[in-house]
Order: sequence, then C-alpha cells, then structure tokens
Amino acid sequence: MKTAQASKRHPWLSIHSFLLMAFIYIPVLLIIVFSFNDSRMSTSWSGFTWKWYSTLFDNRTVMEALSNSLTIAFTSTIISTVLGTMAALAIRKMQNRGKQGVIGLLYMPIVVPDIIMGLSLLILFSQLKMDLGKMTVIIAHITFSISYVYVIVSSRLANMGKQLEEAANDLGASSWQTFRFVTLPSIWPGVIAGALIAFTLSIDDFMISFFVSGPNSTTLPIYIYGSVKRGISPEINALCTIMIVVSVMLIILAQWLLGRGKSDKEKGGSLLPF
Amino acid sequence: MTLSTDNGKGLMLMIRLENVEKHFAGQPVVHPLSLTIDEGEFLTLLGPSGCGKTTILRMIAGFEQPTTGIIRLDGEDVTQLPPNKRNLNLVFQHYALFPHMTVEQNIQFGLKMKKVPAKEQRERIDEAIRLTQLTALAKRYPHQLSGGQQQRVAIARAIANKPKVLLLDEPLGALDLQLRKNLQAELKQLQRSLGITFVYVTHDQEEAMMMSDRIVIMNTGKVEQIGSPRDVYERPETLFAATFIGENNIFHEERLFTVRPEKVRVTPELADTRKTGIIQDIVYLGNVHKLVIHLENEPTSVTSVLDFTDQRDWSIGQKVGVHWNLQDEVTVGR
Ligand SMILES: Nc1ncnc2c1ncn2[C@@H]1O[C@H](COP(=O)(O)OP(=O)(O)OP(=O)(O)O)[C@@H](O)[C@H]1O
Ligand SMILES: [Mg+2]
Repeated sequence: MKTAQASKRHPWLSIHSFLLMAFIYIPVLLIIVFSFNDSRMSTSWSGFTWKWYSTLFDNRTVMEALSNSLTIAFTSTIISTVLGTMAALAIRKMQNRGKQGVIGLLYMPIVVPDIIMGLSLLILFSQLKMDLGKMTVIIAHITFSISYVYVIVSSRLANMGKQLEEAANDLGASSWQTFRFVTLPSIWPGVIAGALIAFTLSIDDFMISFFVSGPNSTTLPIYIYGSVKRGISPEINALCTIMIVVSVMLIILAQWLLGRGKSDKEKGGSLLPF
Repeated sequence: MTLSTDNGKGLMLMIRLENVEKHFAGQPVVHPLSLTIDEGEFLTLLGPSGCGKTTILRMIAGFEQPTTGIIRLDGEDVTQLPPNKRNLNLVFQHYALFPHMTVEQNIQFGLKMKKVPAKEQRERIDEAIRLTQLTALAKRYPHQLSGGQQQRVAIARAIANKPKVLLLDEPLGALDLQLRKNLQAELKQLQRSLGITFVYVTHDQEEAMMMSDRIVIMNTGKVEQIGSPRDVYERPETLFAATFIGENNIFHEERLFTVRPEKVRVTPELADTRKTGIIQDIVYLGNVHKLVIHLENEPTSVTSVLDFTDQRDWSIGQKVGVHWNLQDEVTVGR
C-alpha cells in the first residue's frame, strides 16, 4: 500500500524501478527467447522450435557435465547441510568470548571473493598432492555452502528461542529427545531451505569450480564457459534456460519454506540476513 | 535419613530451600533464602518486577543452579539434578506450547517421554482435558487457540504428569482482566481438587491475596515477609510489606506505624479525637467511598474508607476529626 502511494507521488520512482528491472531482466529474457529460435543466428527471429532442447539431450558431453554437476551438488549439499546445521546448534550453546570469533570465521567464505577462495583451495590441494577431480570440487563447494546453511539455520534457531526446549526438558525429555522432537521439527524448514540454497550455489558455481576441477569433472557452468569461447549456440541458450528455471524454482521453494511457520508480520523478510 | 520431612503440623514438607542464594555475573539477584513449602500448599511469590521471583522458580525447576545452598524436593536433595529428572513441572508465562503438535499431542508429550504405558497415557490425557475443559479443542493446534485456551493447555500439559509440585510463572499475566478473574477461580479450584503443591509467581497483590495459603513478599532479592494473606495484610512487618499489599496510612512519630484506611474513623465533631484535618478529596467507588484528609499542622494526608452504611454528607474543605483505636496501629520495621 505504502509503495503504491509513494510511486503516485513520485512518478520518477516508478520509471526508475522499471528501468532497473529492464536492466536486470532483459539479458536473461534474451537467452530464454533465443533458446526457442529456429535459426542458428542469434541476431534474427525465424520461428519457434523445441529442437535445441532435444539436441541438447543427445549431446554426450553436455549429459556428462550435467551428471557431474548433479553428483557434486547432491554430495556437497548433504554434507554441508549436516555440518552447517551442527555448527549452528553448537555455536548457539557457546557462552565464552570465542563465540563472536567463531561466527566471524564462518562468515568468511561469504565475504571473501570467489577468485581468492578458488585460488587458495587450488594451492591447498596441490600442497596436499590431491588430484583435481570431483572430490576436490565437492570439498570446495562444501566449504562455501556451510556458511550459507549456518546463516539460515541459526536465524531460524534464534527465532525459536529457548523456551520450547526448556519446556520439553521440564516435561522429562533428555537432551537428545528435546532435539529430536522439538528443536529439529522447529528448525526443519530452515534446514531444508539451507539445503536448497547450497544446492543452487553448487549448481551455479563457476569461479571456484574452475580452479579446482580436473579433466573428468567438468561441470555445467565450466562446459558453458568453454563452448561460449567457440561462439554462442542456441543449445547453450537452451541449457542456460533450463538452469535459470531450476534455480529460480529452488529459490522460490526455499523462500516459501522460510516464510512458513512465521507470523504474517515477519513474512516478507529476505532469505538471508544481509 | 535423619532429616525429618514432617513440619510438626502433621503436614509433610514438600520443598525445602536452605540458604539458597543466586548471583548473576557477581551481582546478587537472590539473597540467602530459607523457605519450606508444605504438601498441598498454595504458596505465592509476590513482588515488583526484577525482584528475583522467576529466578527462584527456575532454581526449583532446575534451569538455574543456586550459587550456594541446597534445594530439597520431598526430602531428596535435587540441587544437582537436571530439570527432566525432577518430579515437578513449570508452567511458563508465555505457555511455550509446541507449535507443531495438537493440544492432545502437547499434553501427551511428557507422558511419552516418561514411557507411561499407552492405556494409562490415554486415561491421563482424557482426565487432564476434562479438568481443563478442553474437550472440544483436543485436535486443534496452539495457533488456533485464544490466549486463555492456550493457558489451559499449558496447565493440562503439566498436570497430566501428576507432578508433586506445579510451578507457575505469572500464568495469567498475558490475559485481560475479566478472563484473569475467571481463571484465578478455576486454578484455585483445580489446585484444591488435585491436592498438588502450587508455587505461584505474580506481581498482582490482589491475585496473591485471593489464591494463596501463604504469601512470600519479596523486594530486590530479599524476603520482606512470609505469612498467610491475613497475616501480611493485618500484621505487615516491614514498611515495604505494609504499602505493597493494599492501601495504608504511614505515620512517622516516635516510632513507625501504619493504620489501614478502613480502621480510620472520621467525625464531624472535633473534640476528643486523635487528630484533625481538612477533607481534600472524596472518591466514590460504589460499595465504599474514600475520604482523603489533609492533617492540620502535619505534612501528611490520611485516607479513610467508609462503607455503604455511612450516610453522612461530607464536603471538600470540611474540617473533621480523625480517630482510630490503639490496637489498629501496626508497628513496622523499615
Ligand atoms: N540469565 C541472567 N543473567 C543475568 N542477569 C539475570 C539473568 N536472569 C535474570 N537476571 C537478573 O536478575 C534479576 C531478577 O530477575 P527475575 O527474572 O528473577 O525477576 P522477576 O522477579 O521474575 O521479574 P518480573 O516480574 O519482571 O518477571 C533481574 O535484575 C534480572 O536482570
Ligand atoms: Mg519473572
């Protein structure tokens, strides 16, 4: 209501918002539109087709990259979700001064530029004489995903407060029973949302994967980067369209999960607290 | 066991606090406190905000460790026991119902944790639901209930465990006045019929007076007085107790004493009275009316409460005599 009134009073504001949206979404829309273009040229429109999508699924290299991406995403998601959730639970129990320091360290991967993360991981792996491959990519993805899972789950925990757990404890539940029957069901939407974010980040990541992947662990973003150097083909547009749709669906699902169980007033807050 | 659990009145001792003291970050929040609570007693901790009532309750429940001192429950030293090992239950001020469980599942929770046989679980749930009049709401979730209904669920969830003691932290604090009055009566009735020891926290002196067998009046972490509602009203021991419960007139003469407004008599005649003064204000309250009288030659006002039998006409500015009996003076400490 308020924004509608505000935009009536300031016509420039709505024009500005419109231009901003156009600036953000036109490139994405172009990719989607041209993925259905019958012509190989991305300069002119010559009719609607699904054929780039079918050639995509016949392409062995693409399917291999897809399988690599999915393996890496599923593995790193499961591990980082478990570790990130455990970190959130443990840090909440901490009472000494080290607490702020530990939280700061957990935020690091979010703040540090990807290129530095990638480079430092590459140096680490070569020091350890680890062969670059799926394993190194999975480890790299776990390192940055943990931070995001931690942030989401710990905000959910803070929202829940301590009273429910005290009530369970008072009614005779042991620490484990309290966790199993009260804490976990309360933070569950946050855990799932954290997992969805971790999955999306893993599927989308290019920079860090580029540094730590080997010849047999090409992921979709790395494949796309490689083929774009040879010119933009409609298959790539089709592939990107699929990735956009999947990512957006996962994010919407995560948002919805985080919104559920909150009061109406709290709703509409953002997914991440920054 | 050399420690007797008999209090000499034939009643059993249920809770015994021995020199229990609590500091937070070096600051004393509860000064050394010794207190015994009988089986089946309704004991109220009464005091202003921040005086340490919740802290005492949380120490009895096991959520806080006393800095020093011993807590005994039914003769057993429970000072070191975690909350889930103590046979008592706490009703939280904001109810703390599990949002993802129905009313019935909330009530069942404690029984499940204690591995009560299924058949007995059913009976106890049904009984708790019946006692708290929740039958129609058993399948609802907490967010589908009103504040008063949620409060009932919190109490049902606690009593289903048949605890030896029920601790209640301002259980009616979040409810409006009318509902509070109804629930006060219900709760008192429930306590009588179950015979469970209640330790009740409130900062509402009227609530404490109407419900309790004994009241512990507290101020800044210290006990001011312990006694029955009648004791603390008629024989307050400290200035704080005298003014915290009900209205009172304070006199600083060669000693400090108080006289309740209803013990103060007002007469139009000025001869043979203790003091004289001018009527400053008349407050009509329906069943009673109140005169505020400014004393002559003294910087104090005296309040007198007159009941409906008083048909005399009073007017503001009228000069009156003020009188009371010597036995209605209550000497208090500071
Ligand atoms: N965990 C804690 N850490 C530090 N100080 C605390 C803690 N819990 C309580 N206190 C302090 O102890 C004092 C007593 O608190 P308590 O909650 O027992 O008061 P109360 O009598 O229940 O008050 P109210 O009527 O407002 O609930 C307060 O000054 C409070 O700030
Ligand atoms: Mg309190």
